[in-house]
Amino acid sequence: MSTALATRPQAPASRPRGRTARRVRGRRILYWIATHALAVALAIMFIGPLVFIALTALMTDQQALTSQLWPQSWNWGNFTEIFERSPLLLWIGNTMLYAGLGTAFMLLSSIPVAYALARFRFPGRRAAFLAVIAMMMLPPQVVAVPVYLIWARAELTGTLWPLILPMLLGDAFSIFLLRQFLLTIPRDYTDAARVDGCSDFTTLVRVVLPMARPAIAAVALFQFFYCWNDYYGPLLYASTNLDNWTLSIGLASFKALHSVQWNLTMAATLLVMAPVIVVFFLAQRVFIEGVTLTGVKG
Amino acid sequence: MSTVLAAPRAWRRREGLRALVWLSPWLAGFAVFFLYPLAATVYFSFHRYDLFTLEFIGLDNYRYFLSDERALVSIGNTLWLVVFMVPAQVLFALGLAQLVTRLKAGAGLFRTIFYLPSLIPTVAGTVSFVFLLNPATGPVNQLLELVGVTGPDWFGDKDWSKPSLTLLGMWGAGNTMVIFLAALLDVPRHLYEAAALDGAGAWRQFRSITLPTISPVLVFSAVTGVIYALQYFTQAMIAARVASGATDSPGSSFTPGYPETSTLTLPQWLFHAGFRDFSMGYACVLALLLFAASMVFTLILLRRFRAFDREVS
Repeated sequence: MSTALATRPQAPASRPRGRTARRVRGRRILYWIATHALAVALAIMFIGPLVFIALTALMTDQQALTSQLWPQSWNWGNFTEIFERSPLLLWIGNTMLYAGLGTAFMLLSSIPVAYALARFRFPGRRAAFLAVIAMMMLPPQVVAVPVYLIWARAELTGTLWPLILPMLLGDAFSIFLLRQFLLTIPRDYTDAARVDGCSDFTTLVRVVLPMARPAIAAVALFQFFYCWNDYYGPLLYASTNLDNWTLSIGLASFKALHSVQWNLTMAATLLVMAPVIVVFFLAQRVFIEGVTLTGVKG
Repeated sequence: MSTVLAAPRAWRRREGLRALVWLSPWLAGFAVFFLYPLAATVYFSFHRYDLFTLEFIGLDNYRYFLSDERALVSIGNTLWLVVFMVPAQVLFALGLAQLVTRLKAGAGLFRTIFYLPSLIPTVAGTVSFVFLLNPATGPVNQLLELVGVTGPDWFGDKDWSKPSLTLLGMWGAGNTMVIFLAALLDVPRHLYEAAALDGAGAWRQFRSITLPTISPVLVFSAVTGVIYALQYFTQAMIAARVASGATDSPGSSFTPGYPETSTLTLPQWLFHAGFRDFSMGYACVLALLLFAASMVFTLILLRRFRAFDREVS
């Protein structure tokens, strides 16, 4: 698959002579300045919100009520105060439980399914893949009522289990992404393993998994962040029980519930963003390659 | 290939059975979380159901739907997002990708900067935007003031709430940009050189070479964009909640859509009908409508995948 290199290889520039050369060079410099100026302006607009969030998160309560943009004093205590004002630790724990178990269960169930879809030849193989796409594209709200009733009957509403347990039965998006990647592994490798007497399972573990590591890392990260960010799921199942709130539910109500100013709200917001940003910088390649995989194979 | 042909026949014959075993967890999931709920949704749509009593009422839920003004408003808002927000996001992402391919210095850095906001958790991003755009202390209106413009009330004004959500969506366009970037870099370089020799200008090159080559990716992104716009829920819900000062606490009454009904989308109204008013039968009518709409676009996608699969195998 193609990696997303940021620049095209440049064609060697031919050098025209004399006056035209100067004009061409002048135009090139102008073009260089124009594109880079535009990029810098856009970059400021993309980064700006994060800067203002960080600045506001460090303001005092009094200053947060004013229209000043730069903090008078750097109030780092805001980050400890949000833990005192709200059950943030509980929300973090619940979110970790949801995201951690959800990701582990997803990997356990989705890798074999993706492998079977990519490697086995059987009647209905295409239909099975189309079913994966259909489920991936199904708005979660469409089946909400009957699915909610299943969990209500199991007396698990009010907890996060209705969101975690289904991951044991595979996640459509992850299966789709893994399958697209596994298709790019040449059949020769798995055929060779088979000739050597490997079973399906040992072929998967010894041959396919090591080669699919980047794709597995990508789906694991996507799944973890999907759970970390999920608002709809916890709202549906866990919002009625304060003990099972996640960060997203807590943050959505943070300002009104704890009647705080924007400064503390932004401190809590930063706290929710931070892990995502940190992991992104640690694993940028994995993200970019994973995203590319979702789109290029259209 | 030859090894496959040489494989024992019995092995090949058992492949169907083996596939069934490997796929069984997923098949169970598909039955329990897709087929059964869809059938049940159709069934409930003919009933009055509040979690405790189930009563057959024929087409009453459907009749109610036709007179439910909120439902029509929510459909209108969802359509607004499909017609304005999705194109804005896709075109903006395409523009960003084009720009990044033209940068000779710092292309990687700019790509990172444009991509980063798309990773920001939805709730955190939306809460931030309500802060950034709030008319009293928000930095955006402060900065607008500096250049002599009086900013609007953004999330507090029914005419500006959807454009505000669109801005939020454009901030997160980096994901699509990365996909476009990969597609743009796959366009064969020599095509541009040949066109340049023939005297084709930048616009002409874009229209005749870039656009046709990347159009599958473009269509893919637009279609998935529409499908996600049909599900649009979290951002609208959070924006309305934070801007109006409501909470998620048990027992709190909150009608989505603030200001007025300007951010009420179909999935939100469905959620409200089913899980706040407990008119679950009626919620199923709305669910079927949402299902039909997203199925149309999913079918377009499926046709694209079939073409791709033929290429691979």
